[in-house]
Parts: sequence; C-alpha cells; structure tokens
Amino acid sequence: MSDLLSLTAVEARAALDKKSISAVELTTAYLGAAKATAGLNNYVALTSEKALEMAGQSDQRIAVGKAGLLEGLPIGVKDLFCTKGVTSTACSNILKGFVPHYESTVTSNLWAAGGVMLGKLNCDEFAMGSANETSAFGAAINPWQGPDKVDLVPGGSSGGSASAVAARSALMATGTDTGGSIRQPAAFCGTVGLKPTYGRCSRWGIVAFASSLDQAGPITRNVADNALMMTAMASHDVKDSTSTETPLQDLIKAVDGGVKGMKIGVPREYVMDGMDSEVVALWEQGQAWLKDAGAEMVEVSLPHTKYALPAYYIIAPAEASSNLARYDGVRYGARIEADTLDAMYEATRAAGFGDEVQRRIMIGTYVLSAGYYDAYYLKAQRVRRLIKNDFDTVFEKVDALLTPATPTAAFAVGRKIDDPVTNFLNDIFTVPANLAGLPGIAVPAGLTTQGLPLGLQVLGKAFDEASLYRVAGVLEQAAGFNHLPARMAGGTS
Amino acid sequence: MLNVKSPVNFSTNSKKHSDMSVDKTTVAKIARLARIDVPEERLEPLAAELNGILNWIAELDEVNTDNVTPLASVTGHALPMRDDVVNDGNCVDDVLANAPDSTSGFFVVPKVVE
Repeated sequence: MSDLLSLTAVEARAALDKKSISAVELTTAYLGAAKATAGLNNYVALTSEKALEMAGQSDQRIAVGKAGLLEGLPIGVKDLFCTKGVTSTACSNILKGFVPHYESTVTSNLWAAGGVMLGKLNCDEFAMGSANETSAFGAAINPWQGPDKVDLVPGGSSGGSASAVAARSALMATGTDTGGSIRQPAAFCGTVGLKPTYGRCSRWGIVAFASSLDQAGPITRNVADNALMMTAMASHDVKDSTSTETPLQDLIKAVDGGVKGMKIGVPREYVMDGMDSEVVALWEQGQAWLKDAGAEMVEVSLPHTKYALPAYYIIAPAEASSNLARYDGVRYGARIEADTLDAMYEATRAAGFGDEVQRRIMIGTYVLSAGYYDAYYLKAQRVRRLIKNDFDTVFEKVDALLTPATPTAAFAVGRKIDDPVTNFLNDIFTVPANLAGLPGIAVPAGLTTQGLPLGLQVLGKAFDEASLYRVAGVLEQAAGFNHLPARMAGGTS
Repeated sequence: MLNVKSPVNFSTNSKKHSDMSVDKTTVAKIARLARIDVPEERLEPLAAELNGILNWIAELDEVNTDNVTPLASVTGHALPMRDDVVNDGNCVDDVLANAPDSTSGFFVVPKVVE
C-alpha cells in the first residue's frame, strides 16, 4: 500500500496506463491513508463511496484506451469549491450542511479529465487566515514536526490541501489563493503550490472571498505533477466574466525547459525585519542554483512592496464584506430565528461567522462606508495600481522573479497572538502577486535546522505560467528536496 | 514587524487616516450596517482590534497617489457581453433545496409587513 502512496501523479498515470496498478487500488490506498492520518484533521468530509465509484469508471476508461489527463488520480478538494451532492461549507458554521446542486467549473474540469474525488479538505473559514486555525472544523495539522514534536500549523488558508498532499492522504489537491493561500501552506508543508494568473482558472462555483483577487490552483508533491494538474484545471469559462481566453501554454513540457538564457530578477524589497536568517540564506542559495543553470540574475526594485499588505487589508475585506452579504439565513445555510427580518439577519450572521470573518466584514464595511470610501478604498486601489506598475516595469527587463515564499517556517498551533496584524505578515511575499494578478509558484527548497521545510517563490508575467514551471523545475532539481514529514501515511517508504 | 508610521505627505482631498480611529459607538454602527449582532461587551474590545488594523493600514498615507487612477480589476478589458437569451431556469426545487424555510416555491422570512 505504501508503494502506491509513494508514486507521484506522473508515475501513477504511467502505472495505470500499463495496468500494473488499478485506479480502484490507488484510490483504496488513499482512502486508507486519509483514515490513518485522520489526526491531522485535514479532511472535513471523506467521500469514499463516490471515490471508489469514480475510480471504477476510470478503470473502465483505461481499459478501453480512453484515459484522460488525470485518469484515476485521487484528488482532494478544498472545501471552498462547490461539489454537487457533497457538503461544501467554506469551513464556516453559516454553511454547515450546505449541499450544492451544482459543481464548480474547476472541479468539473478535474473530473472530466478522469480525476477521482477523495473528499473535501479543511481550510480557514471563508479562506480568511494563514494558519488554518479559523476553520469551524478546528485547525488542520502540519505533518511536519520539529524536534520538540509540537503540532505545527500547515499554513492557510488551503492548509488542509497542503497537509493532505504532504501526508500522502491525497495525491493532489485544489487550493485557492487570495493573498497567498496556496503558496504559503504549500511552503509550510514542503509541497508545490501554484497561484495562476488571475483569470486562468474559472471562479465559478468557488465560494467567493475577494473576487478581484481569488484564484484557484493546484497543490502537489512535485513540479511535474503540478503542471499536469494545472493543465486540467484551467479553462475559459463563460460563467466567469473575468475568465481569460488567452490559450494555456504547454506547461508539462515547460517543467524540463531549463532556465538557460532567462533573466531572473531578485527584488531587493523582499526583505523584512524579523525574517528568518535561514530564509535569507536559502534565497541566496536559490539565486546561485539558477545562475549555475544558466540564468542571468538581475537585482530589481519593486518600490511599493511594503504597501501591498496594508492595501490588501483594505481591498480584500471590502470585497469580502460585499460577497458575504449573501449569507443572510434566507436562501441557504444556517438561520437563527428571530421576530423581525433584521433581527434574524443579525442573529444568524453573529452565530454563523467566526471572529476573524466578523472582523474582516466589519473592516470592509467601515472602509466602504460613507465618508471613508475615498480615504480607504480608493486610496488602496490607487496603491494597487502603483504595485502593478512596479511589476510591469520590472517585467520589461526580466522573465521571472525569485523571492522567498514565506518569512518563516511553520509555527506552532495555537500560538498566542494579541495583534491580528501579526498573522497578516505571513503573506508579505505572496500578496503583491494577487494585487497585480500575476502567477506565482512556491517550491520546497530546503529545511531549517529544526527540520522544517522552507520554500522559494517564483513570480512571473501574466499568462506566462510556463516560465514559472521552467524556473521551478530547475530549483526542484537543484534542491533535490526529498525529505519526508514525520506524520505521513504509509510510513517513510 | 512592520512599523506603524505616522502619516506624512498626505495629499488627497480626504481625511487623514490618523484622524479616523473608531470608538464604541462607531463599532456599533458598523455592526449594524454589516447586520452582525455584536453584544455590548464585545464593542470595546472590537474597537481596539479594528483600531490596531486601521492604524497599521494608515501606512498607506505615506504614498503619494495624486493623479493615480484606482485599479479595480487587473484584467484590463471590458466585461464580455452575451446574447440576451434565457440560458438557465426552471429549477425552483434546486434553488430552494438548501433554504432554511420555504413553502409553495417561495423562501419564507419573518413577517416584514403588518
């Protein structure tokens, strides 16, 4: 069984096509792995019956030579995606028990490519968080541990996704990224996570957080698997008006494309006080690897970088306060009964939303309210323009940028935080790409002295995911990251 | 940690962020606008939490944004139009399937008109 779990997606596809393994066997192994690692709390719903049924259908298609790109591969789905007939809660009490009668475009694409749904994965409530601790289902746990064996957060908001892929209880997983929610947990868990260009993956059927920033993407064990899954996820979708018609590049081929002749920028502003010295060292190591592989490294400047986080914490809550107005206890989700309509709304939303979500709705409501709209919301949108302009200028000179993925490695679950701003700083290196709509990928590149994974981030031009995979492929090769977490299904094979 | 800096060079036509810390009354007003029932004893702590965030956001005051057009969408193109034809519908049961309360094809809410 652990042999099955040790296969990468690309290897599993080959084995399935050769019929040396079956999709039902592979899926059975993953369902077992999910149960064996249930203590990590990364699944909020396991859809075993559906998974075995889908796997059986995959085996039939393989038998008749009609295998899709992801045929027979077991996939976990962040609970932010609506899945037909399967609870979809955004890990919020206000959506507990919500069973959509429709399927998100991204998951439809995955199933159309032959993917097998294992279940729904834990995340921060409405994707608002960077530690997976705001989930109504409780924190998901990182399978990695330091020497002190303390439970660590998997990052967030796609914490369950990264945790499950690292623990080998999902071969691949979907995530969403509004300010770093794919890349930061991917880095914390030693996995590969891509946030595609805004518009690359359809947002239709994904519970909305901040619509101008949200993007779905894959979290996988390695770069080649990531390119494979991304190829199946992306599509133009008329049901999402911001979905792009720009054709997808050959991402699978790009992974082995190398970086010879590429110009890669190193933004000097991607340094902050309190940043782990090991993170800085790894960043420098990454630059050396790329140079050795034939890239030209160029120091560049993105002068408005430090303003990305405060601008984000105006724009994202503003959009969230508007998007989350729909949870009113009338059409779906929980309702707390009261005598008047307004009292019912207020009681329902007070009981249904957790503290972090309430706080962000309040911030958003405030910055959009009369008298403050210009000073906060329009100001932030102006700063957003300057941040995007910074990238536009730099990308006239370079093909990609190399940065750290996170300022630190994973931290302990339940870390006491008095100031909510402290948690926001996790996303300091990831947020700018969301504001500018650019693609970014996190690749595991080394371990701290405590034995915890650290990632590097590659940022690219809009709709140029191929360059990211080229750079990520080289980093992966050079780093030779083959470390495994302590709490993994199937032991350490 | 990022430093919270006092505003300099603030040159737009509106209020300074530093003047805009929220008090208990404002929090109650925001909660009302957001339709969230915040108990009286939570107003004061919430004001402190929101001020922590708002003070930090005030860092944006340093940035000169004169003559900068706000960026609402990165796609840079107009929203696509589609033919004005019905492409969905006749799915009342699907729409009502998750309603907390419904009857005769309608959502049911507390009485709003006496």
